Amino acid sequence: MKYETVIGLEVHVQLDTLSKVFCGCRNEFGGEPNTHVCPVCLGQPGVLPVLNKKAFEYAIKVAFALNCDIQKKVKFDRKNYYYPDLPKNYQISQYDMPIAYDGRITIFKEGGEEKEIGVTRAHLEEDAGKLIHDEKAPFSYVDLNRTGTPLLEIVSEPDIASPEEAYLYLTTLKQTIKYLGVSDCNMEEGSLRCDANISLREQGEKRLGTKVEIKNLNSFKAVRDALIFEEERQADLLEDGGEIPQETRLWDEKKNITVSMRTKEGAQDYRYFPEPDLVPFEVKKEAVDEIKKTMPEMPHDKKKRFKKEYKLEEKDIEVLIAERELADFFEEVSRETSNPKAACKWIRGEVLMHMNERNADITELGLKAEDLAKIIVMVEDASTSGLAGKEVLKENIETGRSPEEIVKEKGLEQVSDEGELEAIIDKVIQNNEKSANDFKSGKENALSFLVGQVMRESKGKANPKLAGEMLRKRLS
Amino acid sequence: MEDIFRSIDGFKKWLSENKEPDTASFLIDRASSIDKDIKAFAFLDKEKIKERFSCLKDGRLKGVPVGIKNNICIKGALTTCCSHILKDFHPPYSAHVVEKLLEEGALLFEGLNMDEFAFGSSCETSYYGPTRNPWDTERIPGGSSGGSVASVAAGELACALGSDTGGSIRQPASMCGVVGFKPTYGRVSRYGLIAFASSLDQIGPITRNISDAALLLEVISGYDRRDSTSVNREVPKYTESLNKDIKGLKIGIPKEYFIEGISKGVKRRVEEAIGVFKDLGAQTIDISLPHTKYAVSCYYIIGPAEASSNLGRYDGVHYGLRSEKAPDIIDMYINTRNEGFGQEAKRRILLGTYALSSGYYEAYYLRAQKVRTKISDDFKEAFKKCDVILTPTAPTTAFKIGEKTEDPLKMYLSDIFTIPANLAGLPAASIPCGMGENDLPVGLQLMAEPFGEEVIIKTAHAFEGATDHHKAFSLEE
Repeated sequence: MKYETVIGLEVHVQLDTLSKVFCGCRNEFGGEPNTHVCPVCLGQPGVLPVLNKKAFEYAIKVAFALNCDIQKKVKFDRKNYYYPDLPKNYQISQYDMPIAYDGRITIFKEGGEEKEIGVTRAHLEEDAGKLIHDEKAPFSYVDLNRTGTPLLEIVSEPDIASPEEAYLYLTTLKQTIKYLGVSDCNMEEGSLRCDANISLREQGEKRLGTKVEIKNLNSFKAVRDALIFEEERQADLLEDGGEIPQETRLWDEKKNITVSMRTKEGAQDYRYFPEPDLVPFEVKKEAVDEIKKTMPEMPHDKKKRFKKEYKLEEKDIEVLIAERELADFFEEVSRETSNPKAACKWIRGEVLMHMNERNADITELGLKAEDLAKIIVMVEDASTSGLAGKEVLKENIETGRSPEEIVKEKGLEQVSDEGELEAIIDKVIQNNEKSANDFKSGKENALSFLVGQVMRESKGKANPKLAGEMLRKRLS
Repeated sequence: MEDIFRSIDGFKKWLSENKEPDTASFLIDRASSIDKDIKAFAFLDKEKIKERFSCLKDGRLKGVPVGIKNNICIKGALTTCCSHILKDFHPPYSAHVVEKLLEEGALLFEGLNMDEFAFGSSCETSYYGPTRNPWDTERIPGGSSGGSVASVAAGELACALGSDTGGSIRQPASMCGVVGFKPTYGRVSRYGLIAFASSLDQIGPITRNISDAALLLEVISGYDRRDSTSVNREVPKYTESLNKDIKGLKIGIPKEYFIEGISKGVKRRVEEAIGVFKDLGAQTIDISLPHTKYAVSCYYIIGPAEASSNLGRYDGVHYGLRSEKAPDIIDMYINTRNEGFGQEAKRRILLGTYALSSGYYEAYYLRAQKVRTKISDDFKEAFKKCDVILTPTAPTTAFKIGEKTEDPLKMYLSDIFTIPANLAGLPAASIPCGMGENDLPVGLQLMAEPFGEEVIIKTAHAFEGATDHHKAFSLEE
């Protein structure tokens, strides 16, 4: 392509604190309209904001995870604009001193190539409410439950060179933040929102082209699709000798196009100034160190450790560490079975299958690491067969009953009693004289046929390994 | 009519001995009858006050009538800031100071008149009409806490709370001959005070003498976690600062406060007061606060800038006035704010919006912040040489109603001596020091270092001990 794409992303993440950022209201998605509100988040006169320390702490955690520098002093500013979902008609935000700045995120491209995307800044602010429009009514409704939810706005450098990289940046960012446990990053519920800036320039050109901002992006896929569309639209315009007007465009998911929303002339003057109701405070090194201690192991480090500690394949590790909870689950099963390879095999196979079938993550699946460990041990020590083990797992997930109970009730124990097996083997040899003789004369294949017959005779309960050994002894 | 409110202690004695069959009704009717000529009250809800009287807590202010400026929230009581835009606003919460007063058994009288949103120096911009000066009802009581001050000066109530952003407690106290005290910024919680300029506003007492001010200050001060700007610092026993010797006290006299524009009467009374302090053994020191001349301009950038944002919430969406003419959201905003705000409020919103606008921010708001720091530094420097600073509170005695309404700049200059203390966050009080032009009261201002309330109380109390100015009463036969 003749043109080079330059993309920057602005991501808003709702922080999952118990209460809102400047008042004591519950911070919770949904609820009857205007039930999670108080005078402070309703913007009533005379009441004042008080910073939620947890929101600050969460922001610092994200700052660490994104390798940002942390501002020495925390200061808030007012962003003034009129909108009915903003009850004070100003938003408490951070203007010139974001809580975190100058960070980076590493993305892993197809083929294993690493690329660093710069993070310009991350700042803390309050979310606005929601307007609910009724097509039939000549007015709109205002729901202020969301007002005052803590938001972290994370702005990337224009380091992203393609829609695919944008997609990777977002998935990496989401994984990182979910690892921290500070947000569920659910785009459908709006706990992660993204606006994209894109411009094109000729290959080799140093200056940036005119940027277009795209809004109304409701999924990572929408971000990628909108950027692909926009990349083409702008290239066509430039190709025809046209100019790109600086504007904000909306993504229309149904039509798969972007449409113009407003041009630069409509840009607002937010009249930022320092929020006088919140006193700036020093960020103490000791406080930051305390927060640092609570940082979980991040995916990058986990990957390295898994490789070293469990000696697993890279592909397996990627799957296991995709979510922190799944990685934790694996480690627990691995610890209880002392068999990481088996733990990995079972999780990648059976457990993921059940998760997919139910569209659940590991915590929603309700499977206890302890129970899976028991099943793995039973199969490994041959007190039940692999096939039976899978059945026990299914039953355990569905009913929550203990694996031992299920095995006993369904009679899934393997027969490893030599006396019992002896009788079955006698019968099988009697009925399959030819095969027995074949084996005696050196045909190894005949043994597996005979083991199969033992299994059939025992209705699958025989321990195949033991049966094989006993057959070999008898026929040698 | 008997003057029962000479002091809080005196009133408490009257209360314990009085033979009125219905004390609450007596107090309410008495206030209401005096108020016919004064109009200190924007509105008076007699039933509500009676109800409060029937369930007072025991405390140091049990049964004492305390006026509450109409920008301080009392749960369930009409709180309008004397603006049409909040015409029916009943807050579901009480201010921190209100809670503190109720804990001490105070009998609250809400609805005291004020300039709309505290924008004014004469109490003339109220939606409910002007309050009158008890010493001359043709004249203004000063502002913006004009109603609170007039109610105390006229003997309607024992004391009152006002708010002071640029002199709104001290300037009217000076013009009505009572004590007005603005505490250090952060000393009293602003929770429940409807904001004018958040970085300048502070609630304070208005009383007939400094002892009562010390008591009220002791009651309302203290840390409140609901106000991030309130300071977590122990509250001294202000009442124990009374009766202290001021021998050797160093009183700074800044030359920048004795300038042209200050009336002869005011100048003379303040100079006499300086003489009194010398006689009491205090030492006067000439000092300089060189950036004083920029204070008014600085204040009229920062105050309106914050106000323009603080008042953004009055838009007709959630509470208060909503214009009937609201075909769409933009017209609803425009018409609601046009109908709801008075002229001075509009002027300040425009000033503030302009000062914060992109392209002007650096030249106005940022510059004003730098000047504010300079003014603070002047005071820091001065307090190395003296313990307390003495100045006139206002350049003149009370002016006539309507005299300055057409000339906002002239009006703004009546706060020229009170504004610096707000910009620097200092405690400052105005105490009566005799009569000036037209036999109207003159106030003396005392300023101290942040959290130096005690030195002001001590100094003022020594002055009261040596003079009778605080005993002058407007309605004396």
